[in-house]
Amino acid sequence: MRHAILALAIVASATAARADFTGKSIKIGVLNDQSGLYKDLAGPGSVMAAKMAAEEFGNKIGDTPIEIISADHQNKPDVGSAIARQWYDVDGVDVIVDVPTSSVALAIAQITKEKNKVFLASGPAASDLTGPKCSPNTVHWTYDTYALAHTTGKAEVDAGGKTWFFLTADYAFGAALERDTTAVVKEAGGTIVGGVKHPLNTTDFSSFLLQAQSSKAQVIGLANAGGDTINSIKAAHEFGIVKGGQKLAGLLVFVTDVHALGLETAQGLLLSESFYWDRDAKTRAWSKKWSERMAGQEPSMVQAGVYAAVLHYLKALRALKSDADGKAVVDQMKKLSTDDPLFGKGTIRPDGRKMHPMYLYEVKAPSESKGAWDLYKLIKEFPADQAFRPLDKGECPLVTGAAPAPAK
Amino acid sequence: MLFAVPVQALFGQLLIGLINGSFYALLSLGLAIIFGLLNVVNFAHGALYMLGAFVAWFLSEKAGVGYWGALVLAPLAVGIFGAIAERLFLRRLAGLDPLYGLLLTFGLALILQGLFSNWFGSSGMPYEMPERLTGGRALGFMFLPNYRIWVIGVSLVICFGTWAVIERTRLGSWLRAATENAALVSAFGINVPRMITITYALGVALAAFAGVLAAPIYRVSPQMGENLIIVVFAVVVVGGMGSILGSIVTGFSLGILEGLTKVFYPEASNTVIFVVMALVLLVRPAGLFGKQA
Repeated sequence: MRHAILALAIVASATAARADFTGKSIKIGVLNDQSGLYKDLAGPGSVMAAKMAAEEFGNKIGDTPIEIISADHQNKPDVGSAIARQWYDVDGVDVIVDVPTSSVALAIAQITKEKNKVFLASGPAASDLTGPKCSPNTVHWTYDTYALAHTTGKAEVDAGGKTWFFLTADYAFGAALERDTTAVVKEAGGTIVGGVKHPLNTTDFSSFLLQAQSSKAQVIGLANAGGDTINSIKAAHEFGIVKGGQKLAGLLVFVTDVHALGLETAQGLLLSESFYWDRDAKTRAWSKKWSERMAGQEPSMVQAGVYAAVLHYLKALRALKSDADGKAVVDQMKKLSTDDPLFGKGTIRPDGRKMHPMYLYEVKAPSESKGAWDLYKLIKEFPADQAFRPLDKGECPLVTGAAPAPAK
Repeated sequence: MLFAVPVQALFGQLLIGLINGSFYALLSLGLAIIFGLLNVVNFAHGALYMLGAFVAWFLSEKAGVGYWGALVLAPLAVGIFGAIAERLFLRRLAGLDPLYGLLLTFGLALILQGLFSNWFGSSGMPYEMPERLTGGRALGFMFLPNYRIWVIGVSLVICFGTWAVIERTRLGSWLRAATENAALVSAFGINVPRMITITYALGVALAAFAGVLAAPIYRVSPQMGENLIIVVFAVVVVGGMGSILGSIVTGFSLGILEGLTKVFYPEASNTVIFVVMALVLLVRPAGLFGKQA
């Protein structure tokens, strides 16, 4: 018996010695908005989620410790790119996680491919990340604009909303969301009667809503996010848009937005998420642990996505015993099927898209809510293959083979 | 696009521009008073506007004081905070280059915004609109919420009231005299340092007042002042640094101009005010209402 244990120990140490981790640690960099309008839905909460994933592994793989660092990209592609380059070139970061704001995420995907590291996208929405701009080094986890269009957008069209007016945030994300939703509306025989592109971080939306009102569109599609969505919905409430018979489609609304709006203003709004803290026993249990360390908030789907993506990344590292080749790590992540308490069982497709169901929720009326964070009721579950874009429709060079494989 | 907008919709847009202009006017008025009389470029103005909204939120959450009470108490509280800040910090910079005051107040703004962002996050808190001002009226060309009518009305009253106090009363004349020649005015037995403290407190109280006005329509969030302050500075520069009437008139007119931009070329609505600022600086470096140096 003692010999057996000794032999086991030798094997174990030999395995550990063979592990080929670059640098002294596995370094995970959480890059997101730590101070601006997307802080609450990502921000420090995403860092906490990444920490919780590392803790599941005892903060190390073999003998190599896992280290988590974070930075604020201020929603600016140039700031984000500079941090990413420093992280990869100087600080020995192996993987960048989260990165809300699609314009920043597209830049990070490019740099990550160049340096052959790993990019786990949870915060950004643009479906281009797994479409024309797909990369062998990117996994797009939580949601994307195609899925939002085919859940919330489709639900509004099915409910009879045939004419649409868009309020679109004037950057990559807004454009992608408007494009994908327009496709859904047109496919169902609807028309787009107008739209406004507003600057990111606008305070007053009344002028835009007035234009939407005079367009007589049945549905006003909000292709924006975070504080911009909150301000749009508040102003729409104030200017009696919904009472006037027009419907608001919040194409991307996070749980933190609904909480900030209050149920009085937000009730009845349809929205889709891939994660809601109160969905089942497993999500509640995890959210409780997170919440206790985040002053009583509840996690958004972006923060949940960070946890699940990091967890799966670490599983791949454990199997591969190396983080030297970013593409190989992502290939390993695609090979292993995913399984976590927040998104259930799933897969990662060759184009980098993580497949899991999306859920259509309706915001509760104040009388239905039992607590400050009791906000949604489930309307419909969309299986992954209905929610996300079919693999052959994304024009991803990795799938179509259109472009040559990236240079080594 | 220009001819695609019906005249009636245009009326609505003008009105909305006027509402946003009210906020610009209230805020730039406070800045103009502080700069005109103290020679301080008060970069903390946006943060104090935010502070006003947060005091209103605290009053309603913790003390059950509603909107109307907050409209009086929040400016008072922030005014006292301003007076303390003036006594503790700003006073020490008197006579130095205005750049020092700018740096000090900028630092103060960063600290305030950082603390509140740390405590309250970025999504902000909802603040209930007072019952009496909910709803609105159909004007034929648009639906105008009652609250917005109230905002225009009350800011016009406050703006011109403040202007009248400074330009038309004895207290105002002391203030103006003290900025011309502080030594002479104190020789007449007027306590100049105290007057400066009161002026600063008044200026920041105006910012807090605007913050309470904004709380029910926007979110009470730590970033609410950050976005506004740069625009408001542009308004003050266009109007002429320190010109009180200039800041009021420019505030309202730039609000309208911005509103129109939101119709004709929304992408530029964040920039149009700065374009105007650049043009005005080229043609009239002292601003539209400023005294030519």
